[in-house]
Amino acid sequence: MFAREPLLRVTPQGLYCPRADVHIDPWQPVKRALITHAHSDHARPDCGSYLAQRETLPILRLRLGAQPSQLQGVDYGEELFINGVRFSFHPAGHVPGSAQILAEADGERWVFSGDYKTESDGVSRPFEPVRCDVFISECTFGLPVFSWRPQAEVFAELHEWWRRNQAAGVSSVVCAYALGKAQRLLAHLDRSVGRVIVHSSVWEVCEALGHDLSGFERANSDIRAQGALVVAPPAAAGGAWLNRFSPYSLASLSGWMAIRGMRRRRGVERGFVLSDHADFRGLTDAVAATGASRVLLTHGYTAPFSRWLCEKGIDARELDTAFGSEDGEESP
Amino acid sequence: MTDFVSLYFALSETSSTSQKVRLLTEFFGAAPQGELGWAVHLLRGEKLERGLSSSQLRQLCAEVSGIPPWLLEESYQVVGDLAETISKLAAGKASGERVSLQKWVELVRSLREAPLDERMAKVAEAWRHMSEAESLVFNKLLTGGLRIGVSRGLVVKALAAAAGADEAQVSQRLLSLRDVREISLPALAEQGSGSENMAPYPFCLAHPLEAEPQQLGEPEEWIAEWKWDGIRAQIVRRGGRVAVWSRGEELVTESFPELELLSQKLPEGCVLDGEIVALDGDEPAAFSRLQQRLNRKRISITLLKQIPVGFIAYDLLELNSEDLRNVPLGVRRQKLAAILEKAGISKRDLRLSPEVEFCQWQQLDRMREGARENGAEGFMLKSRDSLYIGGRKRGSWWKWKANPYSVDGVLVYAQRGHGRRAGLFTDYTFAVWKDGELVPFAKAYSGLTDSEIREVDAFVKAHTKERFGPVRPVEPQLVFEIGFEGIQASRRHKSGVAVRFPRILRWRKDKPASEADTVETLRQLTS
Ligand SMILES: [Zn+2]
Ligand SMILES: [Zn+2]
Repeated sequence: MFAREPLLRVTPQGLYCPRADVHIDPWQPVKRALITHAHSDHARPDCGSYLAQRETLPILRLRLGAQPSQLQGVDYGEELFINGVRFSFHPAGHVPGSAQILAEADGERWVFSGDYKTESDGVSRPFEPVRCDVFISECTFGLPVFSWRPQAEVFAELHEWWRRNQAAGVSSVVCAYALGKAQRLLAHLDRSVGRVIVHSSVWEVCEALGHDLSGFERANSDIRAQGALVVAPPAAAGGAWLNRFSPYSLASLSGWMAIRGMRRRRGVERGFVLSDHADFRGLTDAVAATGASRVLLTHGYTAPFSRWLCEKGIDARELDTAFGSEDGEESP
Repeated sequence: MTDFVSLYFALSETSSTSQKVRLLTEFFGAAPQGELGWAVHLLRGEKLERGLSSSQLRQLCAEVSGIPPWLLEESYQVVGDLAETISKLAAGKASGERVSLQKWVELVRSLREAPLDERMAKVAEAWRHMSEAESLVFNKLLTGGLRIGVSRGLVVKALAAAAGADEAQVSQRLLSLRDVREISLPALAEQGSGSENMAPYPFCLAHPLEAEPQQLGEPEEWIAEWKWDGIRAQIVRRGGRVAVWSRGEELVTESFPELELLSQKLPEGCVLDGEIVALDGDEPAAFSRLQQRLNRKRISITLLKQIPVGFIAYDLLELNSEDLRNVPLGVRRQKLAAILEKAGISKRDLRLSPEVEFCQWQQLDRMREGARENGAEGFMLKSRDSLYIGGRKRGSWWKWKANPYSVDGVLVYAQRGHGRRAGLFTDYTFAVWKDGELVPFAKAYSGLTDSEIREVDAFVKAHTKERFGPVRPVEPQLVFEIGFEGIQASRRHKSGVAVRFPRILRWRKDKPASEADTVETLRQLTS
C-alpha cells in the first residue's frame, strides 16, 4: 500500500519529510525545521531556520534566542510549497499558536498533530480536525481513566479554594506551565476575588504573546501576598522562591492530578485536573474525525492506545520519538 | 453535616495529624445513629466481608463501561488502585442525596447471600447513582479496606473528644464492644464492668534504634532482652477467664489453646505482655515454624503436638486487678518474676524473658551478632525506669536488630508501584545465578531513594521488550544488594530458598550482573 517512500518518517534528528527535505519538531539541530508549538520537546535550539504559526514566533525568540532572520511565520490554513510538497498549519487547541501540520503530495495527506486538545480553552484557536490518510497523533493521556470535566467546573473549584485560603489568611500558589496553562488560568480568573501575582517567566511569555497584563502584578523580591493568588511555573515549586508567600497553599493544574497516587507523589496539597492535552475520548474522537486509515502514535500510552484503535479496525502503530520527555505535563 | 465520602477525601488530603483529629471529631459528633459504629469499624482498618472478588469486579466494570478487560488492566497498572480505577470507568451520576454509610454497608453485606448475577446487578445499579468520588469510597468497601492513613490511636483520640471521655477509657470500651452496632458516643463514655472486661491494654511499641547505643546513656539504666521472633501478645486473666490478644488487638485465644490452659494457673486479675513463640524441643524456634500455626480455623491435636508454642513474658501490666502501667519497668519485672515463680508452670511453656547482663554497649553489640543462634532477632532495649505507655511514643523502648543477611541480586522483572508511587516501576524481582542462568529469589519494594527510583524507572522503560501486561522482563544489568531477615529451604521456589522481609540495601553500581551472587551463597546461609 505504501510501497513508495513515506511522506514523513522518523530519523535520528526527528520527524522528517524526505521529499521536501525539512524536519518537523526535530529533537536535534537541523537545517530547516517546521515547528508545531514552542514547548521544549517540540522546539529545540540551534536549527538553521524555523517555520511556525505566527503567534509561536515571539516565543521561539524568547526561548531559543532565534534571530528574526531565522524565523518565518504562516497563518492557519495558509498554503506553502516546499520542493513540491504542500504544507499547511491547522489549529491544535493546545496552547496559543499551536498547530497541526498537514503535508500533502501526490494526493496523499499526512497530518502530524503536535500536541492537541479538543476542548476550547478560550485562549488558543480551538482544535480543527483535518481529513487525512495518515494521522500522526499524540496520546499523552491515551487511557480511559483520563476523562476531563468541562473547564468551567474546574475553575469554579479553583476559585472556591482561593476564597477559602484567603479567608484563612493564606496565599494560593498555582503551578501552571508558563506557555499555555498560565495564559488559560489568567484568562479565567475572577479578579474581584483578590490580587493576582505572576512569576517573571510566566510574565515574559504573556508579554511575548502580546497578552494584556494590566491589573496583574509581576513578582519581585519584596512582594508579599497574603490571600493573593500566585501563578508560578512548576520549576518554582519546592524552591526557596515560594518562601516570600508563606503561609501558602500549593496547587497544581494538570491532567495527571486525576490520579491520586500521582497527586500524592508531587507533594501538592491540591490538584486541579486541567490539561492542555486531549483526554481518552477526545483522542478517540479526533482520530475518527480525521478519517485516517492509518494512525501513528507518539507521547504517552502509545501501546494500549494503538491496540484500542486496532480493535476498532484502524491500522494504528507506535512511533518511536523523543517527544514528551521534557515538557512538564507529558511525563507523569 | 459532612458525609463519609467528604470525610474520606478530607482525611486523605491532609497530612496534619491535628487536622485529621479535628475532621474525625466533627464527623463522629454529628454521625447519625447506625453510621458511627461502621465508620469507626472501617476507619480502624477493619474490612467488610467481600461480596465480589477483584476479578468479578473487573468483569462487571468492563461490562458496565464498555472498556475491554485488557485496557482496564492497563489503566489499573497506571492508577495503582482498583477502587479508583473502577470509579473512573464506571461512575454514574450522583443522586444528590447525602451518602448513607449504613446503607452502603448493608448493601455490601447483603451481597454475601445473593447469587452471583444478582450481586453483579446490585453493584452495577449502585454505581449508576454515584459520582466518581462516591464510587471510589464505595469500591474501597467492596474491595476490602479504606487504607486511609488514620491510625487507631487517632480514631480513639477523636472519639474521646467527641464522647467527652478519656482515651484509655474509650480504647478499653472499644475492645469490649464487640458488636459494631453497639458503638455509640454514650456507650463509649460508659464505664465497663471490671469482671467481664477482657480487654488488653494498648501495646507499648518499640522503635528501631538508629543512633549508636552509647547515646542512650549508661548501660546500667537499661534492660536488654533478646528480641524474640514470634508474635507479640498480652495474656489477660480476669474473672476466672483467659483472653490472649495479639498486637493488632485481635483475640487469638482459640489459636493457642495450650496458652489458655496454662494461664488458668496465673493469679486472678493479672495481665502479662510478651511473645508467643514456636518451640523446638525446649527452645524458641524461628518465626517460620510459628507461621504454620497461624490463620487456621481449627487447631488439630496433631498440629498441637507437631508445633507446640510457649509464652515468653517480659512485662506485667496488671496485678490484683490493679493497673501497674505507671510503675517503673524494673519493679514490674520483679513482680512478674515473683508470680511466675509461684504459678508453678513449666519454664518451657511460660518463661520470663531473661535480662541479658552487660557492662558496656560494645559488649552487647558483639553479642547481638549471635542473636540468631539464640532464636532471636537482636535485642530489645528498655529503660529501667520506663512506664508502660501505649502507642509509639519514642524514647523508652528500642529494638536493636542483628544485621540482616545480604546478597547481591540482579534486577530481572519490574512492575508498576501503587499508591504514592503509582505509575513508576518500583516493584522489583531479583535473581541470582544458577548454572549460568538467573533464577528469581526475592521481590522487594523499598529501600531506594526517590531519585534512584526514577533512575531505575527510566532504565526499565528503556530496557524492556514486552510492552503489554503488568510485569516487565528487564534486561539483566542492574545489581542490588538485597537484605533479608530470615531464610529457609523451599521446594516451591525455583531458587530453592525462601527469604523473609527482603529489602534493597543499596544499588551496586560498581558491579556488573556477572558478579552477582549465586544460589550456592544463598544455600550456605540456610544452614
Ligand atoms: Zn506541548
Ligand atoms: Zn509534546
